[in-house]
Amino acid sequence: MLQNFWRSSPEVFAILPFFLEITVLLHTPLFEAHQRMGAKLVDFGGWEMPLHYGSQIDEHHAVRRHAGMFDVSHMRAVEVEGTGASAFLRHALANNIDKLTTPGRALYSCMLNPAAGVIDDLIVYFLTPTHYRLVVNAGTTAKDLAWLEAIRTEGKFDVKLTPRNDVAMIAVQGPQSRRIVCELFTEVATSIAAMKPFHSMSCGDRFLACTGYTGEDGFEIILPQASAIDFWQQLHAAGVSPCGLGARDTLRLEAGMNLYGQDMTEQTTPLESGLAWTVDLKTERPFVGRQALQAKPPAMHVIGLVLGAPGVLRAHQVIHTAAGDGENTSGSFSPTLNLSIALARIPLGIAIGDMVQAEVRGKQLDCRVVKIPFVRNGKPLI
Amino acid sequence: MSIPTDLKYTESHEWIRTEPDGTLTIGITDHAQDALGDLVFIELPTVGRKLNARESCVVLESVKAASDAYAPVAGEVVAVNSPIADAPESLNSAPYEAWLFKMKPAAGDTVEGLLDAAGYAASIGE
Repeated sequence: MLQNFWRSSPEVFAILPFFLEITVLLHTPLFEAHQRMGAKLVDFGGWEMPLHYGSQIDEHHAVRRHAGMFDVSHMRAVEVEGTGASAFLRHALANNIDKLTTPGRALYSCMLNPAAGVIDDLIVYFLTPTHYRLVVNAGTTAKDLAWLEAIRTEGKFDVKLTPRNDVAMIAVQGPQSRRIVCELFTEVATSIAAMKPFHSMSCGDRFLACTGYTGEDGFEIILPQASAIDFWQQLHAAGVSPCGLGARDTLRLEAGMNLYGQDMTEQTTPLESGLAWTVDLKTERPFVGRQALQAKPPAMHVIGLVLGAPGVLRAHQVIHTAAGDGENTSGSFSPTLNLSIALARIPLGIAIGDMVQAEVRGKQLDCRVVKIPFVRNGKPLI
Repeated sequence: MSIPTDLKYTESHEWIRTEPDGTLTIGITDHAQDALGDLVFIELPTVGRKLNARESCVVLESVKAASDAYAPVAGEVVAVNSPIADAPESLNSAPYEAWLFKMKPAAGDTVEGLLDAAGYAASIGE
């Protein structure tokens, strides 16, 4: 019976590669450390990553109040090198790398398709005029590289793209992270102590950037894979709590930061995703997606929501407003505020302070429209 | 995961304790709380509500997901554990103490058909 089913069912073979793909999950160099620390592991874009190490709420509070560390080695650093590097990134990115005036400076940007949909969001680091480093999302790495190669070829840019498969990445975030990172990098502690957000520096075979995804002070550190576990253990011994994807998501949501694939996709433009501030339209610079972006004024915008009733806002819940319906793009419980918050894409015309209704499990619950972010540097802003 | 042997269980991850007076006390299992993660919101049924067997009657929301708890048998809700609505994390820390509601089974309905500890362990692959 079963044999016949398999033999007569082409659909089964069509889904087989999918099964094979999800059973072979990728591991970062820190995987064994996560297992030893009791992580609950989940499939995240093909990577087996820690969801939490016990309680994601405790991990969230650790980052807001002290210091937490995240394995972000599934994200991909890509070196962009060559005499055409600047021209290439001016063309490929919606934000303008000309804002990066000194080596070490970093910039958040979207990479758009010709229809102005978001292919990915990334951070670009200016190392030298002929060398930039990108850090792109894990799930989009292959797509991003193919896209970048395609526009490099099309524009005949003199630039070489090298994905770094030989490094690990660890984010150390929280009010105590700077003190602790200084203690672990004594030879450059003075520089680290003075480092401003969106600045970076190299220290031997390690690269430190004052960036993050939590709304707290902190660093993202790129280092050789072979030293990743040692460094992770040093941070742990210094009192930094290991944190998983669960806390990462509630921290970034409170900080009002978008998650690629959820808050913005290839079907939405940055202007419809709360990212107008990352698009440089001040200069005449042509970049991929600019024409489409300027041809079509956005009808929707992203706002913050605070739920006034018990319950939890989730992604894709319908939001009813006086200007028409929208939907939550991300929603969760905010451990810092002890209530539920969301990012919602709704029609223009709804302002801060207005009330809207969220469809939550068959009920219509009142939500207040608030300014994003919800929390910054440990402090509630709503 | 802890699965006390003196309780009955459902495949939908409720535990059921039969009290001396014949009422049933219902909660969620250690396995269920572990799968849900940190609980942040619980909506309990009203006392007096009549339930069919396997009817959804409790909303459980963790940081990452929403779930339901179900009536293990038909009957009437006779008590709810209101204090846990203000302390949903107690379901994570002590799942077999943090009960959700008590019900009086309908005439003729019993817990006999529910899983015992070994049956539940098998159903979750332990």
